[in-house]
Amino acid sequence: MAKVRGAVVVDNEECKGCNLCVVACPTQTLALNRNVNNKGYHYSYMENPENCTGCTNCSAVCPDSCITVYRTKAEH
Amino acid sequence: MSVLTEKINAIIKPENLVYSKSPLLNDDSMHYCPGCSHGVVHRLIAEVIDEMGIQEETIGVSPVGCAVFAYNYIDIDWQEAAHGRAPAVATGIKRVMPEKYVFSYQGDGDLAAIGTAETFHAVNRGENIVMIFINNAIYGMTGGQMAPTTLVGQITSTTPHGRNVDLNGYPLKITELLAQLPGAAFVTRQSVQTPAAVRKTKKAIRKAFEIQAQKKGTAFVEVVSTCSSGWKLSPVASNKWMEENMFPQYPLGDLKDTGRADASLYKVKG
Amino acid sequence: MGELRLMKGNEVIAEAAIRCGCDGYFGYPITPQSEVMETLMTLRPWESTGMVVLQAESEIASIHMVYGAAGAGKRVMTSSSSPGISLMAEGISYIAGSELPCVIVNVQRGGPGLGTIQPSQADYNQATKGGGHGDYSLLVLAPASVQEMHDFVILGFELAFKFRNPVMILADGVIGQLMEKVELIDQRPRWTNEQISEISGDWATIGKSKVRKKHVITSLEMDSNMMENNNLRLQAKYNKMKAEEVRYEEINCDDAEYIIVAFGSAARICQKTVQIARRKGVKLGLIRPITLFPFPEKIISGYASRVKGFLSVEFNAGQMVNDIRLAVNGKTRVEYFGRMGGIVPTPDEVEEALEQRFLKEDLCRY
Repeated sequence: MAKVRGAVVVDNEECKGCNLCVVACPTQTLALNRNVNNKGYHYSYMENPENCTGCTNCSAVCPDSCITVYRTKAEH
Repeated sequence: MSVLTEKINAIIKPENLVYSKSPLLNDDSMHYCPGCSHGVVHRLIAEVIDEMGIQEETIGVSPVGCAVFAYNYIDIDWQEAAHGRAPAVATGIKRVMPEKYVFSYQGDGDLAAIGTAETFHAVNRGENIVMIFINNAIYGMTGGQMAPTTLVGQITSTTPHGRNVDLNGYPLKITELLAQLPGAAFVTRQSVQTPAAVRKTKKAIRKAFEIQAQKKGTAFVEVVSTCSSGWKLSPVASNKWMEENMFPQYPLGDLKDTGRADASLYKVKG
Repeated sequence: MGELRLMKGNEVIAEAAIRCGCDGYFGYPITPQSEVMETLMTLRPWESTGMVVLQAESEIASIHMVYGAAGAGKRVMTSSSSPGISLMAEGISYIAGSELPCVIVNVQRGGPGLGTIQPSQADYNQATKGGGHGDYSLLVLAPASVQEMHDFVILGFELAFKFRNPVMILADGVIGQLMEKVELIDQRPRWTNEQISEISGDWATIGKSKVRKKHVITSLEMDSNMMENNNLRLQAKYNKMKAEEVRYEEINCDDAEYIIVAFGSAARICQKTVQIARRKGVKLGLIRPITLFPFPEKIISGYASRVKGFLSVEFNAGQMVNDIRLAVNGKTRVEYFGRMGGIVPTPDEVEEALEQRFLKEDLCRY
């Protein structure tokens, strides 16, 4: 299993499930959740969190600014 | 708690934060459709204003169209202009407060149809303003009608059989025309469909605001954008359609980066 | 006493604007008022007071530049003539809807369409009933002399800021082109940024400081209840204008049996008509509305039960006559006389009209 080096937090209620972050993610970390939020959108979430490198590609393309990105400074 | 959750929680700490929403974007949910490019461009403008530390000195001018409510999202002073008149409103603000940063934000119908005259003359005067132009080749707010930038053959609610040049004329490459004007300092065409494109667009917007500070003339940033609802495609399919159809007609890159022209080139002899 | 000069009505608009500390003028040339911008450009106030003067690409652009600059809390204005004012109707509606202060000068010419460049008062309805879309009113001042062209620029800015509402100076080609003696005010400074913060700091878009909420200049409201509240607030403001700002002049009305109602240059002509009629023994008076909105309906309705008739004299097809009829509410006769096409009637013509409409019939009755 790959080392976890990054993580994202998606604001589930702000996410409109546009899928752009899922496509932009180079490590296939993200996917749309089978569950929906209060607006009925399948919100984005870390399906494979161990893949995340904290590259911020997802937050760059997110039209609703609902992704916060963290990255560990030191390699484990 | 699983090992994985523990590992994630170990990362989600303030000291590891690498990206969070700009403090200039407030908590109002944007009214845009899922995947709309407006949201990305709003964010980039907010980030640039925040990073330049000019929140207290910036006045935005929002258009009529989908971005009419831009003023709800970015935490600066705003004026909402009549359809197409944003460049005139921005001119009025900038002329009486030349020390402030003023930018207009318009869509293709607003900037390139009803407001063509205001757009051309603001740029031709070399107004020291930033003009942001969202070109998604359709009228989003009113429900997907033909825009001046609609492509030939493109289906909209007022060109249900595709845009026909005999009936509707040609897609208007207004950015190319504006780049010809001596008042234009910086004219560029960008997009926001990939992380790399987003980063380039942010740099262009930052540069545009810096040009305003240097009083070099009008800085004009077109962002070739999508309108999933108007195009009746998913956001991901819209990006693909944009790349395949919009980019050949509206190629990305800088069209002008010289500052406004030297007046002596145009002066009478006596 | 201020400086005395012989000046054209249009020129004095420019001179008064500079002297009262106006921050900006945005306009587009049109006959018969082009001297306003020409005078400003000649005087170069940007070098003396810092006032901005800009020739825009159209009247549409000018009025929206006014919108932007007015939204910044500045004292700004434009001027035009009838066809140009029609183009400005959009912007004026937005300015009224967004509650911005500004002064708009209309040196009227004849219409409809391109009409004529000769004087007219045919934009009375346009000026007093809104002119653009939506429920709104301008505060409308009608100058009858070059001195009033001067005075109303100053008064116009005062009222515009008192009510946060556009003020229109509804002149005509006669007053615009007329040369008369005028007493000018001494130069006043433009407002400083501190003064603007004090006067308009709770709404103007002068840059959002960290300690306050953002300011948004807009006329848009999607919530119907909120929008109706906005409309009610505007209506309350117009009612306040009606209560506080009615201005008019009365000439020989005390013993009058007949009263002419006329504004602007028509009122100047009718002043002579009063003298002619009185020499013939007809007790004629004149009411000159100075504010066309708010209209001096109370003074007119006050005379309605005492006089045998009102004659509305206008350089149009009869527009103000309807407001007089509303004020009179059937208590006495209200007639109209006017000329169109740019024709300015003589005092004798007006007197003849009075005789034809009232005196002959009234004499037959006895």
